[in-house]
Amino acid sequence: MFRWVSQTLAVTVLSIRTVPQRLGSSVVAVVGIAGVVIVFVAVLSISEGFRATMVQAGSPSRALVMRNGADSEMSSGLLGSETDIIKEAPGIQHDGNVPLAAAEMFVIIDLPKISTNSSANVPIRGVELASMTVRPELKIVEGRTLRFGTNEAIVGRAARHQFAGVDLGSQITSGQLTLTIVGVFTAAGSAAESEIWCDSRVLQGAYRRGNSYQAVLVRLDSPASLDTFKNWLTTNPQLNVQVQRESDYYAAQSRVMTGLIRGIGYSIAFLMGIAAVFGAILTMYTAVATRTREIATLRALGFNTTSVLVSVLTESMALAALGGVAGGLLAYAGFNGYETSTMNFQTFSQVAFAFAVTPALLTQGLTYALLMGLVGGLLPAFRAARLPIASALREL
Amino acid sequence: MKFVPLVWRNLLRRKFRTTFTLLCIVVSFVLYAFLMTVRSAFSMGIDIAGVDRLWMINKVSIIQFMPISYMNDITAMSGVTMATDCTWFGGVYQNNPVQFALIATDIAQYLKLYPEFRVPPEQLQAVLADRQGVIVGKDTAVRYGWKIGDHIPIQATIWMPKQGMTWDFNIDGIYDGDKEVDKTQMFFRYDYFDENRRRGQGNVSWFVIKIDDPAHAADMAARLDAHFANSASETKTATEKAFIQDFAKQTGDIGAIVAAILAVVLFTILLVVANTMAQSVRERTSELAVLKTLGFSNGLVLGLVLAESLSLAVFGGGIGLGIMWMSVKNGGFNNAFLPNFILTGRDLAWGVTLCILLGVLAGALPAVAAMRLRITDALRRA
Repeated sequence: MFRWVSQTLAVTVLSIRTVPQRLGSSVVAVVGIAGVVIVFVAVLSISEGFRATMVQAGSPSRALVMRNGADSEMSSGLLGSETDIIKEAPGIQHDGNVPLAAAEMFVIIDLPKISTNSSANVPIRGVELASMTVRPELKIVEGRTLRFGTNEAIVGRAARHQFAGVDLGSQITSGQLTLTIVGVFTAAGSAAESEIWCDSRVLQGAYRRGNSYQAVLVRLDSPASLDTFKNWLTTNPQLNVQVQRESDYYAAQSRVMTGLIRGIGYSIAFLMGIAAVFGAILTMYTAVATRTREIATLRALGFNTTSVLVSVLTESMALAALGGVAGGLLAYAGFNGYETSTMNFQTFSQVAFAFAVTPALLTQGLTYALLMGLVGGLLPAFRAARLPIASALREL
Repeated sequence: MKFVPLVWRNLLRRKFRTTFTLLCIVVSFVLYAFLMTVRSAFSMGIDIAGVDRLWMINKVSIIQFMPISYMNDITAMSGVTMATDCTWFGGVYQNNPVQFALIATDIAQYLKLYPEFRVPPEQLQAVLADRQGVIVGKDTAVRYGWKIGDHIPIQATIWMPKQGMTWDFNIDGIYDGDKEVDKTQMFFRYDYFDENRRRGQGNVSWFVIKIDDPAHAADMAARLDAHFANSASETKTATEKAFIQDFAKQTGDIGAIVAAILAVVLFTILLVVANTMAQSVRERTSELAVLKTLGFSNGLVLGLVLAESLSLAVFGGGIGLGIMWMSVKNGGFNNAFLPNFILTGRDLAWGVTLCILLGVLAGALPAVAAMRLRITDALRRA
């Protein structure tokens, strides 16, 4: 057993040390696999970033109430009188006598997107005072918060970067709506940062919605009190509403987009992977071919066939690992944190997010690279192990 | 032509190597074609958008409405030949959000504005006689297994009916169209919609306006918007193409992402193929020297090596493009938001160009090396 290990080690070291002699074809294999890993990691970092932004937005200790049948805040609608009833429900946390529940509007406004200079559906949320207390993660990072009863608005950090004319101090005018941006807020990197917030009364007027809202967001006593809250609302004959945990709502919102990107990403990576495996096979095949005499000599000296097999596989996987690491690092350097925005098809509005190259993605990329190296090395390795010694020694 | 067997034999010299190089090329061109279909899907039919059709929406945003009374003002304007109103319905079918655009409109007018949607006349008659009738695209009908006469309940998301939560429709017609035409939409009658919705009577989402001269599109749009300026619902009018373009851009710059991926892929393949060719030339140094001794000119030797790499690239690329062509033909990738996965003729032509380019580039270095080979050196080296 020990002899086998030391033999294998010796042959492997030999084959790796001779790699510089076959630099050209080895570089091809490394670059090929690095290319696959870059694309794989980069494409999946889009869906990862989008998902993170959406998931970040939802808290398990908050619940969202919408009209029954609505598939998003955008399509929901609740009368002012209905929102008052909802705020009476049990299970809502209170701050003194005030329930932590906010009736909100969620609409879009047509504003230009900076990167493409074309119009985009930018989300505007009509809020009330409780909207801030319900979301403790919300922080004003520049300027100040809006004064209710005025045309002031605050803008999310991501929205400010993605859309034109929403900088601190600027004024938005559209139809009968005029808003002055007085502050910039962050919300732990969540989807809320893509939004513009203003007093819901101002929005109700400008969008001619009367005294109506779209959803009520509440802070629950505890995550477990969702059932009490939900039962009370859904059995109330005055209401026709549905209740969702906020985290579930946002997870569902991200599903279509992440599914689509992942589908496309995996398809591309799979196809590229096949091509890279063929590249690796060619490289290793060449490596074996140029070392035919050397390998035959080793075998003639009594080296084991499995040692030769393992050495070829190891070389191939070492090259793949090199490619995988290089690809992962390049993808990280090139794409991590890249900010962009896309359409959330469920709400028909823009969500800004940053590409996220996570450690999990890098691990996946490296694993995939090693897999390609293994598959690519297999055929040539068997060929090397099966070389007929006598004729191989004679070969040029 | 008489050198074809020579090129062929050289390719077969190392069958293993040739096969894998070929497979490499096949896969990359499948990938090329796949990415191109993704790109054209995300551009959402921009290439066939009507140039003589304008869309008008509420200036604030697409979710705001305009009164249907605007219709009279629009059609009265000189230069407008036809118009119709549309309202986005949304909805849920069998517990899933509907996977198609469901639009309330004046169906007869709509079909006149979109002559690329073809409906048999008797089916059009049927829907005009049936208040709950709908016309549905062929792709959607196939997807859900709907036939003419089927009864479809759709649950409301935005527009609650006067009673309950469900709207009932009857499939009265199925429209078809050319390959590029979106065959996933479904339209129903505005009069039924307006009577049966709980609130919002008299409001519509957008107008489609046909003008007599596409050259005056910008002009017409400005005149229409000026007409409704300072009204309760100001408008934003532009060509259908401009709207689709903006809408497609909202998803992100897919074109740039696709181009970046393709660059990586093609660069990698170029390396692999060039490496293979270089090796096969290196192996044959002495043979090439013999050919030259026999009187093969430098140009001919160059041509032979180039022909080898070109035939590999074109053959492999052709198979790759062919595979993808066959698989998108049946619309297997189509889905709700991207109804049009197609491989356009232009992208196909580009693919062929890329094959040739790949063959030439990969073969260039080894071919030149072979051409420059000095007989005496080469023979001695062997």
